[in-house]
This record gives sequence, structure tokens and C-alpha cells, in this order.
Amino acid sequence: MLRIEARTRLGELELDVALEVPAGDCLALAGPSGAGKTSVLRVASGLLRPASGRVECGGETWLDTERGVDVPPESRRCGYVFQEYALFPHLTAWQNVAYPLREMRRSERRARAQELLERFGVGRLADSRPRTLSGGERQRVAVARVLARRPGVLLLDEPLSALDARTRAAAARELEAVLREVEVPALLVTHDFAEAAQLGDRVGVIDAGRIVQEGTATELAAAPRSAFVADFSGAVVLTGTARGGPNGLTHVELDGGGAVTSTDRGEGPVAVSVYPWEIAIEPETEAAHGSTQNRLVAEVLSVTTVGNRVRLGLAAPQPLAAEITQVSASALDLHTGKRVTATWKATATRLVPSETKENQ
Amino acid sequence: MRASWFPVLLVLALATALTFLTLPIVAIFVDSSPGELVDALGEQGALEALWLSVRTTAASLAIILIVGTPAAYLLATRSFRGKAMVVTLIELPLVLPPAVAGIALLAAVGPSGILGGAVEAAGIELALTTAGVVVALTFVASPFYVRQAMAAFAAIDRTLLDASRTLGASEARSFARVMIPTAMPGLVAGTALALGRALGEFGATLMFAGSFEGITQTVPLAIYDRFSTQFDSALALSAVLVAVSGAILLSVKLVQGSEALGVAAN
Repeated sequence: MLRIEARTRLGELELDVALEVPAGDCLALAGPSGAGKTSVLRVASGLLRPASGRVECGGETWLDTERGVDVPPESRRCGYVFQEYALFPHLTAWQNVAYPLREMRRSERRARAQELLERFGVGRLADSRPRTLSGGERQRVAVARVLARRPGVLLLDEPLSALDARTRAAAARELEAVLREVEVPALLVTHDFAEAAQLGDRVGVIDAGRIVQEGTATELAAAPRSAFVADFSGAVVLTGTARGGPNGLTHVELDGGGAVTSTDRGEGPVAVSVYPWEIAIEPETEAAHGSTQNRLVAEVLSVTTVGNRVRLGLAAPQPLAAEITQVSASALDLHTGKRVTATWKATATRLVPSETKENQ
Repeated sequence: MRASWFPVLLVLALATALTFLTLPIVAIFVDSSPGELVDALGEQGALEALWLSVRTTAASLAIILIVGTPAAYLLATRSFRGKAMVVTLIELPLVLPPAVAGIALLAAVGPSGILGGAVEAAGIELALTTAGVVVALTFVASPFYVRQAMAAFAAIDRTLLDASRTLGASEARSFARVMIPTAMPGLVAGTALALGRALGEFGATLMFAGSFEGITQTVPLAIYDRFSTQFDSALALSAVLVAVSGAILLSVKLVQGSEALGVAAN
């Protein structure tokens, strides 16, 4: 079990976090840059001392500002994988992995380092210098190096962001496997919600130094407690004013025109969130039919192909995004300036009070 | 045709600079035959001066490296109140005229200087001794090393130090195992600069330690001593200094060149 509580001021940022990660679990902290994600890892590893706080891991107390305990970084058993991997440029891959193994005899160190490199499929690179390795290879060496220390906790800072798109998918799968295998708590930080959802057993959304919501990725996406979480998890956020309507539904007059219905309850100023892939597009003139309650006339602002999908930027008149298949996009003959109707179900419409601060 | 005068101007400027800078150095070797050079070097006083220069330069470099490396590391990795002031004070000897440096040393640790009594009580004699030469060389040469070493340490990605700490190494161990090896090209360049400056030191040594054959008369002082009476001998010693300085410059280029090539190869 890893337990962190920390309060400290970092320039403009007021960091105030408390979190717990059971052994074998991975908590992914997701948030925009400058939210304080990396600072949480630095507090855990002892590289940053908070004004007040406690860090406990596996029954050991690493930091307790009240009792004056502050174990130096070298004595905390943290496996910290840095964003750019921080391999030592003057050492070969195996020497990097052997760096934490200084109690062993030289021949043993070499053998153990080789074994770890083999495990990650980079045994043949043992004598290479970091600068000759690709991003994916560097990441494997970096992970092998922290595991060599038999860490009590794994700390991963944006583990995939230094990789190109092609390497990323494979590296993510490998990392998932490592996280499943290790029996220690893992704390991962990322700016990408999808990455957090893939690698974390639980996801904590962090904004301006605070964890605003924690849960499984599905829970966060399905029931965001604030517009920030909704927006961050990829949803479209519209603002408006809610009032109770007939049949237990909530009617929302959108700022700037248009109205939508939601099965969530709400009253007064609200943020309406919906995921782009829940939105369907019809020709403007199409009459209402079927079960979709929400219909907004919108103008197409942009058409972007992403793989086999097309992402539409719409003005409805608030900005809206929709994701539809390539096939539908060509059938509808979509182009910039065309007017269409965006539709989605009331059940896919989440309402959260628009004053996010009240929700923290 | 209209635009072609500018490249010509550039080439002319380079040719002028090159001629002006290399002609005097070439002249040293042309003005005396190799045989004369060797004969002049064989003379007792010249050999003594060379040997003294080697010993004092080596001693002052040892002091500069041992004290300067950790000091530069501290300045490069910590921020504290008044740091800019400290750096400026350390760099001051760079712009100090050598004669002023000599006077300053006399005023500080000379026999009647502010710390003269304490130095004498400790049983150390500095003025007009070989130890005094080492003090003068260290004073003028150390800023060259410290500045360069500071820049080298500051250029290192700080996460390397963080990584070393989280991998179980104390700061002292990280310093020795990660920071120094990573900063090595910069440290070598700084050492070469300090070495060059110490080897050529003239003014401060003359003022502080005097010019006594075999005791404080380093090569530059010996050259000055001889040039009105034994010009051949002065020329020969100058040739040796040129050769040594050239060798230092070349070896630095080689060290840094191999680093640069290593990076370029990838």
C-alpha cells in the first residue's frame, strides 16, 4: 500500500493531494500540464519535500513532516521511470541496468542486468549506449533499470509521451504487462485520459493541484462530477440553464440558442456533456423520428479524418464535436459551411453544475 | 557580378587575420635553426626553468581541480541568495591585470599583508618561493576552470541526478559516478584553459614571487630575463611554449571532436 498526503505551494500552484494505492494496483493521475502531476511523483520519491505531508509505503514511513521524518531519495525504494527515461549517457545499456546493483559482485551484476534486458527483449543491446537506442528501446532499458532495484513502488511519469505513435501502442501493451506482474503499488501520471484509462486500474483526474475525481475510467466518463472531468475525459461540454421538465426529464436552454433534454437532474446554470461518438449527424431538413430527443441545427466548421473515423467540428451555435464513420461522412457529403442536424439521446446527456469549484 | 564583392571581402578578412596571427609564431621557428634550438635548451638555466614550470603548473592544476570541481558543482546545481555575486567574485581574476593580481596577493598573504602573520605562523613562506609561484598561478588560472566546469555541470539534464538518487546513490556518489563523467568534455576543456593560462603566467608571478633562477623563474620569466642578453635561448624557450600550447589546444579539440563525432554518428 502506498499512501501519500501532501500540501505545498509551488509557485502559482497550491498542491493539495491525498491518495492511496493498494499493492498490485495502478493509479493513473491524469490532468493537464501544470496540474501538479509530476510534483506528486517527486514528493513520493523524496525529490520534493512538501510543506506538510506524509508518505508511507509497504509499512515504512518515508515522510512525516509532523514527526520530522524525511528519508532521502536513495533510501526510499522507488522505481521512478522519468519522462525522457534519464538513462546515463556515459554508460551502456547493461551498465545502466546494473547501476542500482552495487552490492553485487561485478560478474553477478552483469548477469542480472543481462537477464532483465532479455526479459524486455533488448538483451542484444546490452553494450549499446543510450544515444544509439530508439525511444521504445530506451523505455525498456529504463523499466529494466528500476526493476533491478526491486522497488517498493513504481512511479511512472508520462511513460508513453516520448514515443512516436507507432511505438506507443506496443509499448503500452508491454507496460500493461509489467504493471500486471509487479506486486507493488504503481502510480502513473499522464496528460492523456485515454492512456490513463488503458494503464490505470483507477484514474484520478488532477487539476490545479487537486485530485478532483477518482474512480475507474468508465465511472469517470459515465458520471463526471464536474465540467472539467467531463471535458478532460473527451466529452463535449455545452453550457446552459436547466429546469425540470415533464416525465422526470430535465430541459436545458443552451446559452446562445437551442435546447436539449437530459435524463440527469439539474437546476440553474449547468454544463451539459456528451461524448462525440454519441452524436449522430443527419441532413438539416430531416424530420424528427426515432428515439433521439436532442436535435440541434449546426454548421460544419471542420472535417478531419482520424483513421477510419471522421471528426466534425460544428457550431450549434456553441462548439460541438461529433465522430462518425468515414462511410457516413461521404454519404452525407459533408463539407465546411454545410448545415446539418446533430442528434443524440437524452440518456447520453450528462448534466453537471457549471460552477466546478462547488464540486471539489 | 554585383553581389560577388562580399564573399571576396570575407576571404580577404580571413586571410589578413590568419597571416597576422600565425606569422609571429612561424617566425619563432624560422628565426633559429633546429640545431640552435636544441643547443640553447641544453643550457642548465633553460632546463631548470622548464622543469620549474612543469612542477608549479602541475601543482596549481591539482589544487584547482580538487577545490574547483566541487565548488563549480555547487554553483551549478544550487540556487541561493547572492549566487550571482559569488560567481562574479570568482570570475574577477579573469579581468584583473596580472600585475594587479601580484600586488593583491602581496597585500593579502605577502610578509606584510593582512594574512601575512598567520601564513608565517603556519610555517609557510610564500613570497619569493616556489610555493608563491603556485599561489600566483592558482589565483590567475582557477577562474578559467571554474567557469567552464560550472557551465558543464549546469548543462547536464537534472533528471540524471534525480534518477541516480532514486536508484539508490547518495548525492556524493551521484556526483562521482554520474555528474563528473557526464560533464567530462567540459571539465577537460576547462582544465586545458587553466593549464594554458598557468603555463604562460608572467606578471603576477614576477610581482609576487620574483624571478630567481631555479626557485621562481618559470619559462615566461626566463624568456624575459634572457631576451636582451641571450636572444637564442629566449627564442628556444618560446618555441617550447608554443609547442606545448599547440599540443594542449589540439588535444582538447580531439577530446571534444570525438564526443561530437560520437553524437553525430547517431
